[in-house]
Amino acid sequence: MLAKRIIPCLDVTAGRVVKGVSFVELRDAGDPVEIARRYNEQGADELTFLDITASSDDRGIIFRIIEQVASQVFIPLTVGGGVREVQDVRNLLNAGADKVSINTSAVLNPQLVADAAGRYGSQCIVVAIDAKQTEPARWEVFTHGGRKATGLDAIAWARRMQDMGAGEILLTSMDRDGQKNGFDLALTRAITDALDIPVIASGGVGNLQHLVDGVKKGGADAVLAASIFHFGEYTVQQAKQFMAAQGIEVRL
Amino acid sequence: MGTMVDVAVVDYGMGNLRSVEQALRHVAPDAVIVVTDDADTITGAKRVVFPGQGAMPDCMRELDARGLRDAVLMAARSRPFLGICIGLQMLFEHSTEGDVPGLGILHGKVERFASNMRDAQSNKLKVPHMGWNQVHHVQHPLWEGIEQDARFYFVHSYYVQPQDASLVQATSRYPQSFVCAVAKNNLFAVQFHPEKSHTAGLKLLKNFMQWNP
Repeated sequence: MLAKRIIPCLDVTAGRVVKGVSFVELRDAGDPVEIARRYNEQGADELTFLDITASSDDRGIIFRIIEQVASQVFIPLTVGGGVREVQDVRNLLNAGADKVSINTSAVLNPQLVADAAGRYGSQCIVVAIDAKQTEPARWEVFTHGGRKATGLDAIAWARRMQDMGAGEILLTSMDRDGQKNGFDLALTRAITDALDIPVIASGGVGNLQHLVDGVKKGGADAVLAASIFHFGEYTVQQAKQFMAAQGIEVRL
Repeated sequence: MGTMVDVAVVDYGMGNLRSVEQALRHVAPDAVIVVTDDADTITGAKRVVFPGQGAMPDCMRELDARGLRDAVLMAARSRPFLGICIGLQMLFEHSTEGDVPGLGILHGKVERFASNMRDAQSNKLKVPHMGWNQVHHVQHPLWEGIEQDARFYFVHSYYVQPQDASLVQATSRYPQSFVCAVAKNNLFAVQFHPEKSHTAGLKLLKNFMQWNP
């Protein structure tokens, strides 16, 4: 059967992998190409790169990184951050990305998702949603790296993005990101049950049980984590063995 | 064309062919590999890879817009030919995706996965079928050195239904069994993405580069 995916996430700025807590307080984690190669050897199912570069001057760096990674790592690569128009999608695919993740621009211009999916296929369009709980069983979509409220309901927004042609949703709980106390399972479950396309759970992984909960309780199709892998707490292989021991289908 | 082309990767403007090219270079560093939309280069190449991404109606339209149909048909009849993903689906007679005819090299049709499928824990099975799934294969030179039930990376919403069961080279399950590889003479085609399937995928591409049907 289809395996649940484990996806290490590399936040990249100024050519380095960094990790923050609730979208701030960045800490250096190393060279992206080296880290990508290591995770590939450990059995990562995919890799996600988020270009969190604030200034547009440094945008070229991510292309060189993706080109280097794609020539030596033969698993799917997703790249997000700063995608504003269809041409950006094209450039990232040409650099070696297999999927492109769209976040803020999808809110500012939902048609971008439809246009990109229409041109390159839904399989390569991921819509990233940063959501924050506002009241019980209600989550709001935020953009601009979590700084701007949109007033959009996360579940309704995820459905709309599916209808616009997104092939997958990368769902991050802003409340949990970097907190290491586990995914927002209610949010994950609400979104995955509302959609027919795969959902990647993100934000809050602090131990391996959190990954299991994301799949079993949250119903996620894939789980994404950063700091537990970057700072050497666990290898991807250990994570997979732990999940397999709890009856989750993984690629070992 | 001065240089003999070892592998032509057919470029009809759909999706990203760089991954396929990179993976082929990795397994065959000395081979002359070109990504091309030139019919003569395709018909002159020793081996042909026919990938595809996106929607089948667009793929068929773009293939014809570039005047590549005859070159692909000719290559599929005459030399080692590897179809990947939509490049597998296009070999068949008809797809329910956009209700369009394919190239009709193989008998059969292309159908969409049912929606509302559930797993044993009653979780929704999502479409597209995306991720690493086990591939159960029969004997063929392209599976040489690849473990039975090895996992390959898939991303697709449609699957092929060949009329002739003897063409089937591998199946996978989601949750019911579906065909994920077919072969006929010099032609081999897979639903998954060997170029994104790590060790097993690279091995299959290497086997293709050494295949002499």
